[in-house]
This record gives sequence, C-alpha cells and structure tokens, in this order.
Amino acid sequence: MLKKSIFSLTRCTVLALASLATLPTWAQQTIKIGSFLSVTGPAAYLGDPELKTLQMYIEKINKEGGLLGRPIELVFYDDGSEASKANSFAKRLIENDQVVAILGGTTTGATMAAIPLVEKAEIPFISLAGAVSIIEPVRKWVFKVPPTDRMAAERVFSDMKKRGISKVALLSETAGFGASGRKETLALTQKYGIELVADETFGPKDTDVTVQLTKIKSTPGLQAVFVFGAGQGPAVVMKNIQQLGIKVPVYQSHGVASEEFIKLAGSAAEGVRLPAAGLLVADKLPANDPQKKVVVDYTKAFNDQWKTDVSGFGGHAYDALYLYVGAVKRANSVDKDKVRLALESTKGFVGTAGVFNLSDKDHLGLDLSAFRMLEVKKGDWAFAD
Amino acid sequence: MHFSQFLQFLFSGLTVGSTYALAALGFTLIYNASQVINFAQGEFIMLGGMLAVYFSLQGWPLPVVMLLAIALPALVGILLEKLAIEPVKGAEPITLIIITIGASLVIRGLVQVFLGKGTFGLPPFSGDQPIEIGGATLLPQSLWVMGVTGLVVVALWFFFAKTLLGKAMLATSFNRMAAQMVGINVQWILLLSFAMSAALGALGGILITPITLTSYDVGVMLGLKGFVAAVLGGMGSGLGAVVGGLLVGVLEAFGAGYISSAYKDAMPFVLILFILFFMPRGLFGGQATDRV
Amino acid sequence: MRNKGLLVLGLVLLALPWLLPNPFYTDLVIRMAINAVVVLALNLLMGFAGQISLGHAGFFGIGAYASAILPSQFGWHPMLALLAGAVITGSLAGVVARPIFKLKGNYLAMATLGLGIIISMVLRNEAQWTGGPDGMSVLPMSWAGFEISGDKTWYWIIAFILFASVWGALNLINSPFGRALQALHGSEVAAKVVGVDVVGYKVTVFVLSATVASIMGSISAHYVGFVTPNMADFFHSIELVTMVVMGGMASVFGSVVGAVLLTALPQALTAFEGWETVALGAVLMLCMVFLPKGVVPSLAAKLEKNKAVDDDGLA
Repeated sequence: MLKKSIFSLTRCTVLALASLATLPTWAQQTIKIGSFLSVTGPAAYLGDPELKTLQMYIEKINKEGGLLGRPIELVFYDDGSEASKANSFAKRLIENDQVVAILGGTTTGATMAAIPLVEKAEIPFISLAGAVSIIEPVRKWVFKVPPTDRMAAERVFSDMKKRGISKVALLSETAGFGASGRKETLALTQKYGIELVADETFGPKDTDVTVQLTKIKSTPGLQAVFVFGAGQGPAVVMKNIQQLGIKVPVYQSHGVASEEFIKLAGSAAEGVRLPAAGLLVADKLPANDPQKKVVVDYTKAFNDQWKTDVSGFGGHAYDALYLYVGAVKRANSVDKDKVRLALESTKGFVGTAGVFNLSDKDHLGLDLSAFRMLEVKKGDWAFAD
Repeated sequence: MHFSQFLQFLFSGLTVGSTYALAALGFTLIYNASQVINFAQGEFIMLGGMLAVYFSLQGWPLPVVMLLAIALPALVGILLEKLAIEPVKGAEPITLIIITIGASLVIRGLVQVFLGKGTFGLPPFSGDQPIEIGGATLLPQSLWVMGVTGLVVVALWFFFAKTLLGKAMLATSFNRMAAQMVGINVQWILLLSFAMSAALGALGGILITPITLTSYDVGVMLGLKGFVAAVLGGMGSGLGAVVGGLLVGVLEAFGAGYISSAYKDAMPFVLILFILFFMPRGLFGGQATDRV
Repeated sequence: MRNKGLLVLGLVLLALPWLLPNPFYTDLVIRMAINAVVVLALNLLMGFAGQISLGHAGFFGIGAYASAILPSQFGWHPMLALLAGAVITGSLAGVVARPIFKLKGNYLAMATLGLGIIISMVLRNEAQWTGGPDGMSVLPMSWAGFEISGDKTWYWIIAFILFASVWGALNLINSPFGRALQALHGSEVAAKVVGVDVVGYKVTVFVLSATVASIMGSISAHYVGFVTPNMADFFHSIELVTMVVMGGMASVFGSVVGAVLLTALPQALTAFEGWETVALGAVLMLCMVFLPKGVVPSLAAKLEKNKAVDDDGLA
C-alpha cells in the first residue's frame, strides 16, 4: 500500500520541481530588469497603469537600439496586492531570474517586504510606493520616485491654513499608504496649527463608509475633511459624502491621482482638492514649465497606445524607468554599485512627478514644489486658485 | 442628533443587509436541494453587477441589461451544477466545498481577464438625490434594493407555498428519495435551484452596484457574509436566510458605528460565533436528529 | 511497510540540496515542508477525526505574530516567543473547542471560519502591535547564542522537523489514540457506546493540530523574516484545507504530496500570465472531480486495481 504512496510521492515531487525547471533561461545579452507590481487586488488601480507604462517604454527603448546597445528584458510578477507574495517574487527575481535591478513595489507593503531582500542582495531597487518610511532612514540600495505621504500632508495642510481651516476630520485607509499617511498627518498637525477633530478609518475593500462619515458629520466645528487612501475606497468616500450632504471642503491625497477616481466618484468629485503632479494637468501647464514636454509626451503616448487616461501611478513607472536608464547611461554599465552611485548623483532629471535631484542622503529627490494643488472642476483636473 | 445617527446606521444596514439576504437565500436554495454549500455564491452577485455594467456600456436599455445580467449568471449556475457538482455526486462535503471554491476562482478569473480589473459603477435607477428622513439621508437606490428584495421574498414565498414546482422543490429538500418515488424529476429540481440561486445573487449584485460600485473581486466578502447570514438564520430555512441577512447587515452597521469602524467586517463573524454558541442550529434551524 | 515510505522521504530530503539549482528552489522546498507539517496536523483533525476546520490559518498566524511581536517589542528570546505562541494558541483552541464541537457539519465549519477571520482581522487592525495590513519584520531565531539564518541552515532544521512529524503521525495513527480517532470518525455514537471519550478526543486533536500550526507559523516567521495578516486569512485556511483534500484525507504521505503540489502551483502558474486565477480554479475543480479522494489514495487505489489484475490475470 505504501509502496504506491512512495511512488506517487516521488513522482509528484519530481513533476512539481520539473514544472518549475521549465522556467526559461534567458540569453546573456539582454539587460534583465525585474518588477513586481500589484496588477490585481485592491491596488490594481495603481499597478495596472504602472505595468502598461513599463512595457510600453521598454519596447520603445528597445526599438531605438536598447540600453548600452543591449535590449532590455522585463521580468515581471503580479503580487496581487499582497506583501507576502511580493516578498517571494522579489526573492525569485533576485535569485532565480538574476535581474540587475528591480523597479516595482506598487504598494508600501509590497515595497517594505522586499527591502530586506534587496539590501542583502545589494541590487538597486526603485520603489513606486508612497510612504516616507521607504527612504527614511536612507537605505543604501532603496530609492523611490513618488512624492511621499508626508509631502502630501504638508501640501494639504499649508493649503488649508491659507484658507483659514483649522479643524479637520481625518478619514484614512487602514492599508499601507493610508496608514502611513495617517501617521505622517498626525505628526504634522502641530506644525501647521491644525486640530484633528475626528480620526476614522476604512478598509481598502470597503463599499460603504456612511457609518464613519455619519460620525464625522456630527462632529462640532468641522471645517474640512482630509481623506488618505488609494484606489477605489476614496471614490466611495466621495459618493457617501455627497449622499450625506456634507458640505465642507474635502481634500484627498495623491493616492487618487487618476482619471478613474473622477469617473467612479462622478459628480461627487466636484470641488475636491488634492496635491498632485503636473502630469494630471499637462495640457494646462504654461509653455515654459520645465515639466511641460515630458508630461505632454507621456500623456499622448499613453493615450494613443492604451486608449485610457493617464494617472500619476503610470507616471511613477515612467520616472523609475528613465531614472534607472539615465543612471546606467552615465555609469556606462549595469554594474550594481556603479549604477547605485550614478542614481545618487542624478541632478535635474525631469520626470512626470517633478524635477528630481538625488543625493546619497536623499533617495527620492523631490521637494514640495513637485506638488501642484489641483481641484476637480467640471469633471476634470484643474489648478486650484 | 443621536436619533438621526441611529437612523443613518439603520438605513445603511438594511440596504446592505438586503443584498446579504438575497445571497443567503441563494445559499439556502442550493443547500436545500443538494446539501452543497456553494462557495461560488458570491461570484454570482459579482457577475450580476459586472455584466450589468458591461451591457449598459454597450448602450442597451436598462430592462434588457437587467434581464441579461440575471439570465447569464443563471446559466452559469446551471453549468456549475452540470459540470462540477453532478459528476461527483456523493462525494464528501469538503470535496464539494473545494469544487465550489475552484469554480468561484474560475468565474472570478474569467471576469478579470475579459472584463478587466477596474472598479465600475452603474447609474442609479431613479437618480441620486438623497431623501431626508428624520435627519438621516437615504438614497433612492436603497429603496430599490430593499423594495425589490421584499418583492422577491414574497414571490418566493408564493412560489414555494402555492405552485406545484415550488412544492416539488420543497419535497426534494425534505427527502430526495421519496420525492423521486412520487415522480419528481430531482435532476431538474437541482438544476433549477442552482439557476434560481444564481439569479437571486445576480439581482442583488445589480441592485447594489449603483451604491457600492463593483469589480471582479467583490464576490468574496459578499459571499462569505451571505454564508454567515444563511447559517445564522439556520441552514435550510428561507425565512432564516432573509432575517439573517438583514440582521447581519444592520448589526454590522451598528457595530461599526458604535463600537469600531475598523472591525466592521469582523462583526458578522463575531455575531455568528456568539449565536452559534447559544443556538447551535441558528435562529430558525429547529431541532435536528441524527440517524445512528 | 511504512518504514519504506519514511526511508524514501528521508533519502529525498537528504538528496535535495544537491539537486536544487539555486536558492529560490531551496526556498520553495522549505515553504513546502512548512506547509506539509501544518497539513499533517490538520489532516489528523480532518481526515482521521473527521472534523472540518476552515480557520486553521488563524492559529498559524498567532504563532507567526507571537514570534514577531514578543522579541521585537518586548525583548523576549525568540525560542520563548515560539513557546508562548504555542501556549496561547493551544489555550485558545482548548477554550473554544468544547463549545465549537457541540456544533455539527456546516455549523462547525462556519464557527471555525469565523474564528479564523476574527483572528486575521485583529492582526490586521491592531496596527500599533502588529504593523497593520502591511505586516512587520521578524528578528532571526537564535539558539544557544547562534543566530539561525540562511536557506541552508533552515533547510536542515525544517527537513528534520518534517521527517520527525511524518514519523510521529504514522506512529500516532497506529496507536490507541489514532484508533480512537478513526472510531469517532466512523460513527460518533458507536464510539461513545464503546467507551471512547468522544468530546475529549476531539478537543485533544483540535488543540494538537492548532498548536502544531502555531509552531510552524513561528518557524515560518523567522525563516521568511516577515509576517503579514495574510498568513492568518481565509484564503490561507482554504489553501491548507485544499492541500489536505487534494493530497488525500487520512493519508500521511498524502499530506506531504498535497503541500508540495499546492505550494508549487502558484509559482508554476505564473506562466499563465493573467490567467493564474482561472488556471488555479480549473486545477482545483479537475482534481476534485477526477480524484475525489485526493491524489495519493486515488493513485493508490488505481495501482491496487492494476495489481489485482496482474496477480491473477483476471479483470
């Protein structure tokens, strides 16, 4: 009886391992860049345009002769918005696929799960996630391109102060970006003289926040609502705000920097303010704006190829890719250490999120000027006045 | 101030509770006919919403959209029964559970591939001007949800109590062999139960989408909570399913409002553990006897 | 006879490090082995004692988080944290076991499901202890002053644990304890009549399998270096149950096979880019429809049939 068990055990093990060994072996000429993104799950909203952008521009670079004369090969895995999967795919990229760099980590959670691995493997990692804790404290091999949650909170608070708002209700998402955003927000209240009169949370997959908003609505002295989250949650929040008839100004974070948000929230999005990259108002930027050419080109290319509107997230992928490409060109090699040093010496790189100036102490390279204060007017992004 | 807050929570709870009630009814229907716990029930709800979005994006009028978005999931339900449940008649319950889980993955995966990973909404059936009642606001769509659910429940009651087919279904759930012996085509009843269950779920999905939006993965939590509601009410009791669904929705809203919004999703499960400890057969489950 | 199975397992475990091409594969095998031990324990509960648990990942998660929180936030020694996790889990399981086992069938499934979900939500929400939905990192395990880290070291530790667990399970099943379990699976009333303390055994098996899950959760936490609430969630519980059923209920080697297959599957499915979910669902359905008793027992039955034909030439 057990003879069969042994036989089947061995056979199954061999089969399982064999199926993995069929993972193809790549030619030595290509430059293998690894990526793990959240293309499915609650963060698909962010990961999907990121993947599309990477694929689109890598194809473009390859058509124009490649990087240092070699074609770039993108090895990509979908972590399904789960940090544990991100961890195992990062391992696979580093140890099995032998990539020279990783551009990815859609969510803060996924990024943090991969950081110990890239630090140990000593491989450059450019993250596409928002939390400031990714680059603070500065880690040797970890970079990021999106503006931080702290910057978003600062931008929002300074705008609120300008409008004489001081009593604010915070409604944040419990997942990564929202949670770290909340932490940063709480830490900044003193500096800007803001009082948080309410502090509610919602889950990334919540379809109804009327309960939390009802509590916020009945808070005395309420002057504004600040929503910190990414994906479809904040859109539901807007709809519920409209339903409950909450009339105070509403601010969002750059986690909703996508046309999707306006589409989902519909008329409820009107009047919302948020700090966002110039990318979202590409056509409205003055001609002498340093970002004008980059964002207009990106917008057109993305619209043409994918027939959908651009989002800040796809823009981050563009920034990460070209930041890396620029560093490799300057280092004239894909050697990990040389590239790392080249990344740290990047100055004046014009991306979709702003103009980057990195250093060994600043692995992001953006300052508050990268953020424009935008407002949703007539169903489209516009400058807030 | 406090009463309007209470009312607001009540409205949210009843609205989402109606969806849970429809899901729970679906679970109960299938369970009664086949003893299978259909973990793909949530996906039927998702299909209703997603298909409705897809068809309305084609520009077709609402009645057509709704019809298709209910009929197609019903078809999927029939396929599920034919391809996955029938071949393994008599298998262990846990095997059937895994099959339905596999089916839910297939359905979810196919929607993900063909309809995309985005989130979508539907325009509300009769506008989105909130109605003010006692200081709380109610969306017109909520009235649709609760109203249609109520109609469905009445229709089902009528079906089971007054029509021959309905009585045949009840007979099958009481004793399959006896039903077969009096000439009831048990196979057809099984197919019908899956189709009806899917249709119910899909209807719930369509109704709720204008309020809560839909995407390829909304089925998981909805299905789970529908299951909780069904068990709460007593597996196999239609009335229990409806009461269970509404109760779960309302208590979830109150729990989130008065205790902690972070644990909103956990409320139904805490509730059920509580109830099961004191009433092991659920609210309307009745006494059970085991054949020894 | 069962020694042959153990022998093969031992040989495979010894040979693997030389056969695996790179650390990624070693990592995969380690994850398979960890799952295998949990599945073994779960199988005792489900396959042999015949009870359903749809929330077992919750116990796994408690162990994992105990090992994450206690050392880094309270300065406990990792070994102590592991034991603490096991004790907490065991106690929790013991407390809920009696009321839970008053329930039957679907109600039992529901209660275990609820328990697992509540645990995973607590882990997800109590961010100041647990790091919230994104989890937290775990300090390495240490023993007698040596830090245990690295694939190679962990491989041998976990291989040993797996081997010992399989040996233990095989012995347990053929002991009076094991026979009592099988008796109560066959018919609770009959077992009671014969004098088996049905409730006592159910509780014992439940606590045992929960504790094993917790210990493996701790080990997994130290090995991966990272814990997330997903480790305790509904999907993971279903994964474990699927491993039990696919491998073969009430089959010790089936548990190992089930764990191997289902741990490898998501990695192999990445080839289906975009279609992974559909492929996974399809595999589950096909497996259950064509091999309803699980891989190992079904294949064993087929080979038995062939053997019967061979032996006397008759059909």
